[in-house]
Amino acid sequence: MLKETKSKKGAFIALACVAVLLALTVVLENVLDPTRNIMLFTVLKKGAVYALVASSMNLLNGFTGLFSLGQAGFMLLGAYAYAMFTIPSAARDSVYYLYGGSAIRFSLPELFGGGAFGLILGVLLALILAGIVAAAVAWLIGLPVLRLKSDYLAIATLGFAEIIRAVFQWDKLGPVTNGANALKSYPTFSSFNIPGGLRLSTFVAFLLAAVCIAVILLLINSSYGRAFKAIREDEVAAEAMGINLARHKRLSFCISSFFAGVGGGLFAMFANQVQAKTFTTALTYEILLIVVIGGIGSISGSCIASFLYVACSEWWLRFLDTEVTLGNGFKLPFLRNGFRMVVFSVIIMVVVLFFRRGIMGDKELTDLFRKRKPKTAAGKEGAK
Amino acid sequence: MQYALSIFLSGISLGGQYALIAIGYTLVYGILRLINFAHGDVFMVAGLMMVYLSTALPLWAALPLMLVLTVALGFAIERAAYKPLRSAPRMSVMISAIGVSYLLQNLATYVTGGLPKSYPELPFLSDSVVIGGVSTKWVTIVTPFLVIALVFALTQLINHTKVGMAMRAVAKDFETSQLMGIKINSVISMTFIIGSFLAGVGSMLYFSNYPSIVPLSGALPGLRAFVAAVFGGIGSVPGAVVGAFIIGMSESVIKGSPFSIFSDAFTFALLIVILVVKPTGLFGEKVTDKV
Amino acid sequence: MKRRVFAMFLAVALVFALAACTGGKEGGKEPAANNGEKVVRIGVFEPSTGDSGPGGKQEMLGMQYANKETPTVEIGGETYKVELVYADNGSDSAKAPTAAAELVGKDVALVLGSYGSGVSMAGGPVFEENGLAAIGVTCTNPGVTAGNDYYFRICFLDPFQGTVLANFAQEKFSAKKAYLLGELGNDYDQGLLTFFEQAFDGEVVKDSFPKDTSDFSTYLNKAKAESCDVIFCPVSIAYSTQIVKLAASMGLETPILGSDTLDSNMVLDAAKGSNVRLYVSTFYQEGGAPDFDSGIKAWLAEDSTAMTNNGGNDTIAAVTAMGYDAYYTALEALKAAGSVKAADVKAALPNVTYTGVSGAIAFDATGDAIRDTAYIKTADTANNVWALEATQTVK
Repeated sequence: MLKETKSKKGAFIALACVAVLLALTVVLENVLDPTRNIMLFTVLKKGAVYALVASSMNLLNGFTGLFSLGQAGFMLLGAYAYAMFTIPSAARDSVYYLYGGSAIRFSLPELFGGGAFGLILGVLLALILAGIVAAAVAWLIGLPVLRLKSDYLAIATLGFAEIIRAVFQWDKLGPVTNGANALKSYPTFSSFNIPGGLRLSTFVAFLLAAVCIAVILLLINSSYGRAFKAIREDEVAAEAMGINLARHKRLSFCISSFFAGVGGGLFAMFANQVQAKTFTTALTYEILLIVVIGGIGSISGSCIASFLYVACSEWWLRFLDTEVTLGNGFKLPFLRNGFRMVVFSVIIMVVVLFFRRGIMGDKELTDLFRKRKPKTAAGKEGAK
Repeated sequence: MQYALSIFLSGISLGGQYALIAIGYTLVYGILRLINFAHGDVFMVAGLMMVYLSTALPLWAALPLMLVLTVALGFAIERAAYKPLRSAPRMSVMISAIGVSYLLQNLATYVTGGLPKSYPELPFLSDSVVIGGVSTKWVTIVTPFLVIALVFALTQLINHTKVGMAMRAVAKDFETSQLMGIKINSVISMTFIIGSFLAGVGSMLYFSNYPSIVPLSGALPGLRAFVAAVFGGIGSVPGAVVGAFIIGMSESVIKGSPFSIFSDAFTFALLIVILVVKPTGLFGEKVTDKV
Repeated sequence: MKRRVFAMFLAVALVFALAACTGGKEGGKEPAANNGEKVVRIGVFEPSTGDSGPGGKQEMLGMQYANKETPTVEIGGETYKVELVYADNGSDSAKAPTAAAELVGKDVALVLGSYGSGVSMAGGPVFEENGLAAIGVTCTNPGVTAGNDYYFRICFLDPFQGTVLANFAQEKFSAKKAYLLGELGNDYDQGLLTFFEQAFDGEVVKDSFPKDTSDFSTYLNKAKAESCDVIFCPVSIAYSTQIVKLAASMGLETPILGSDTLDSNMVLDAAKGSNVRLYVSTFYQEGGAPDFDSGIKAWLAEDSTAMTNNGGNDTIAAVTAMGYDAYYTALEALKAAGSVKAADVKAALPNVTYTGVSGAIAFDATGDAIRDTAYIKTADTANNVWALEATQTVK
C-alpha cells in the first residue's frame, strides 16, 4: 500500500516536472531573441524528436531485449507518411515536378477546413497515420523476423530498413514517394508560430514528444511492460510463467515501430524536408548510441542523452571545426574541419567503455527521489 | 556473350574480395559472438595507409608495412575497445564496435579532409588484360586464386597447429577452454590479427580494382561481406568464402539486370530469406540454447 | 539522500550549461566594432565533409580568394570589413537545418551556398523563417528557389542543363541510344537523368547504383553491350573519378557526358593520358577571364591548404568561379541595401545585377539567375587540361 502511494508520488513529481518544462519552453521562446538563440531552439527541437525515437528504441532493445536495428526504416515510413498526407494541394505540383503532380490529391489539414483548427487536427491525424503505417509494416516484417534471436534479429531488421529505403527511392513509385526528390512545403514546427504573436514551435515539439513518451512510460509500467521485462531477463522462464512470447514480442515490436513512425513524422517537421537518403543505418546507430549513453532500460536516460548528444555534436563542439589563430600568430594545432566529429566519437568511446551503464543505468529520474528499498522487495514488485 | 563474361569476371573478383573481409567477421564471431562492425573500416584504413605510405616509401617497403600496421590496428582495437568489455553483455560489445567504426570513419574524414584519395598503381595487378574481348585488370584474375590459397593456408592453420586447435576450442566453449589452460586473450588477439591481415590483403586487391578511397569506402563492402558471412553460416570459414562468392556473383548479375537499383535490397532480401529458412546459414552449426 | 543531491546537481548543471551558452551568444556575437573597424559577416553554407565535400571546398576557394582580393566593402558611406562565417552542412540534409541555424545565430547579413541542392532545400526554410537571404551558388534543382522567397541563385537549373546535354549528344554524336547512370536516391542525379530523358529523342537505358558503390564495371560493360552511343552520368566527384578511371582502364570508346559536378580537376586527373572521351557542361571556361585565372593561380601557389582543397593542382573548377562571382554578387547586394541588416539586403537582392567571370547575373521573379548559356568542355587527356567544345544555348 505504502509502495503504491510512493510510485504515485513519483508519477506526480514527473508530471509536474514535465508541465514546468513545457511552460519553460513557451516562456523561453517568447522571451529570448529568436534569431540570436536559434541554435538553442533548433537543438531543443531536434533533441525532443530524438528523445522520442530513442525512447521507442529503448522500449524494444532495453525493455524487451529484442535487439533491432530497423529504427531508421520505421522513421522513414513515418516521415514519408506524414509528409505525403500534409503537403498542401497547391504545392503538390511544384514538389512533385518531376512526375507531373502527386498521386495523392488531398491534404489532411485542408480536409479539416484549413486554418489553425485544420492545421492542428490535420497534423495530429497525419502523425497518427505515420505511426500506424510504420506499425503495420512492422507487423508484416515481424511475422518472419521475430523468430530470430539476438544478432540475427539485428541484421535482419537492418536489412529490412535498407530494403524499405531502396523501395522509396525507386523512380517507378515517383508519383507517390517523389523518387529521389525531397518532399517539402508541408507544415513544420514553425507553422505553429502565431504570426505576430506567440512562438510555439519548440513547445509543440516538446508537447508531442512528451505525450508519446508518457504513453511509452505508462505501457512499461503496465502488466505488458512487466511481461516485456520478463522476456528480456529470461525468455524460457517467461514462457514457463505463461507469457505468450510470440504475441508479446510482436506487440513490443509494433508499438516501438509505431512511435518510431511518429518520431519520423516529427523528424520530418524538424528537418523541413524528407528524403529517403537521410534514413541510413548511420541514423539507427546514432539513436542506438543515444540509448546506450542514456542507459539501456531507462526512458529518462534516453531523453537526457538525446539532448546532450544533439547539443554536443551539433552545437557545443562546433568551435572545434574552425581554425583559430591566436593574437601572436600561433595557430592552435588540430583545429580544422572534421575535428569536431573526431572529438565527439572519442567522447562516445569513453562513455561506452568506462561508463558502461550510461547516465542513468536502468533507473528513472523519479527513482532518484525515492528512498532506497531492499532489492528483494523490488524484485517482488516486478514479478507481481 | 562478352557481356555475360564481364558480369562473371566482376562477380568473381567482388566475391573474392568480400571473402577476405568476410573471414575476418566470421572468425571473430565464431569466438567472441561479436559482430565486429569496425572490420569494414579497418579495411578502409588499410587502403588509406597504403595511399599515404606509398607517397613516402617505395612500394616494396610500403606494402608489407601497410600489412603490419593494419594488423597492429586490429590488435589495438581489440585490446582497447573489446577486451575491457569481456564480461559485459553482448550488446555492449557490439555498441563498442559501432563506436570504433564511427571513430575510424571520422578520423579518416579528418585526415583526408573528406577528399577522395587515389590508390597507388601496383605493378602487374593494376595492368589491363583482355580476356575473350573483355578488358579487365590482372587483379580480377588473380583474386580468386589468391583467395583460395589464403583460405587453404588458413584452414591448415586452424586444423593442424596448436594455435588453431586453441581457436577451435575457444569457439566451441569459451569457459571450459579457459579452464583447460588456454590463454583466451592471446587466442582472441590471434583471431583479430588474422582477420586484419586478410582485410589488409583484401583492401589491396579491392582498391587496385576500384582505386578511389573515401571515408565510407569500407562501409558497403563491409556490410556485404558481413551478409556473406551470415549467409555462409557465421563462424565457418569455408561458409564465408562460399557465401562471399554467391553474394558477389548475385550482386553483379542484379546490377546487369534492369532491376539494378535493387542490387543492395536483393542482397538483404537473400539474407533474410536464408535466416528465416535456415537461421544458421549454409554451413553454420546448430546452437542450442542452454536453459 | 545522496542521489537526490546528485539529481539536483545534474538539473542545476544542465540549466547553467544552457544559460551559459545563450548568454555567451548574446554577449559575444555582436557584429560590433573590432578596434574601430566595422565588420559585416557573410555566411558560407557549404559542405566540407561528406559526398559533396570536395565540390564544396572548391566552391569555398572562390569565395576565399574573392575575400582576399576585396576584403572590404563600402556600405552606406562607411567601410566595412567582410568576414566569412562557415558552417559545414556535411552534405547531409539531416544536419543542414542546424548548420543553417548556426549561421542565423551568428548574425550574418546574407548567406552563400550551397553546393548540392538537397542541403539547400533543407536549410532554405530556416533562412526564410529568420528573414535571411541566401544566394545559391551551384544548387541547380528547381525546388531550391520554388516557394522560397529568400532563396536566390546565380547558376542555371537542372532542366536547362539536362536539355543542353541531350541536344549536344544528338548534335555532336547523332546519338540514338543513351545510357543513363546516377546514384540511387540522389535528387541531383535523378533529376538530371529525367530531364535528359525528356529532351533526348531516342532510346535510353537507365540505371542507378546504391550509395558508396565502387564497382562500376558492370554498368559500363552494360552500356557497351547495349551498344549505347553516349553515357550520361551526372554523379558527384567521388563517383565520377572512379567511373572515368575505370573507363580509361577498360579502353571504353563511348563518349561520357557529365554535368557541372564532373567539371573538376580530380576528374580530369582520372582521365589523364587515356583515350576517354569526356564532355561536361559547365558554368565557366578557364581563360574566360584571364585576370581572375592568373590571380587565383598565384594565390593557390602561395597557399598550400587551398591547393590541397583544390585537388592538388591549379586547374580552376567552374564552381570556384561561381563561388567567386557569388561573393561579389553579395557585395553588390550589400552596397545596394546600404545597410548590413538582413531584411534590407533581402529587399535589395532581386534588383541586383553583376557581371562576373562566369557571365552576367540577374535574377528573375522566382529568384533564379537569368542564364541561357552553358559551356561544354572536353577533356584534353594528353595535356591534362579542359578544352572548350561548344557553347550551347536553349531557346
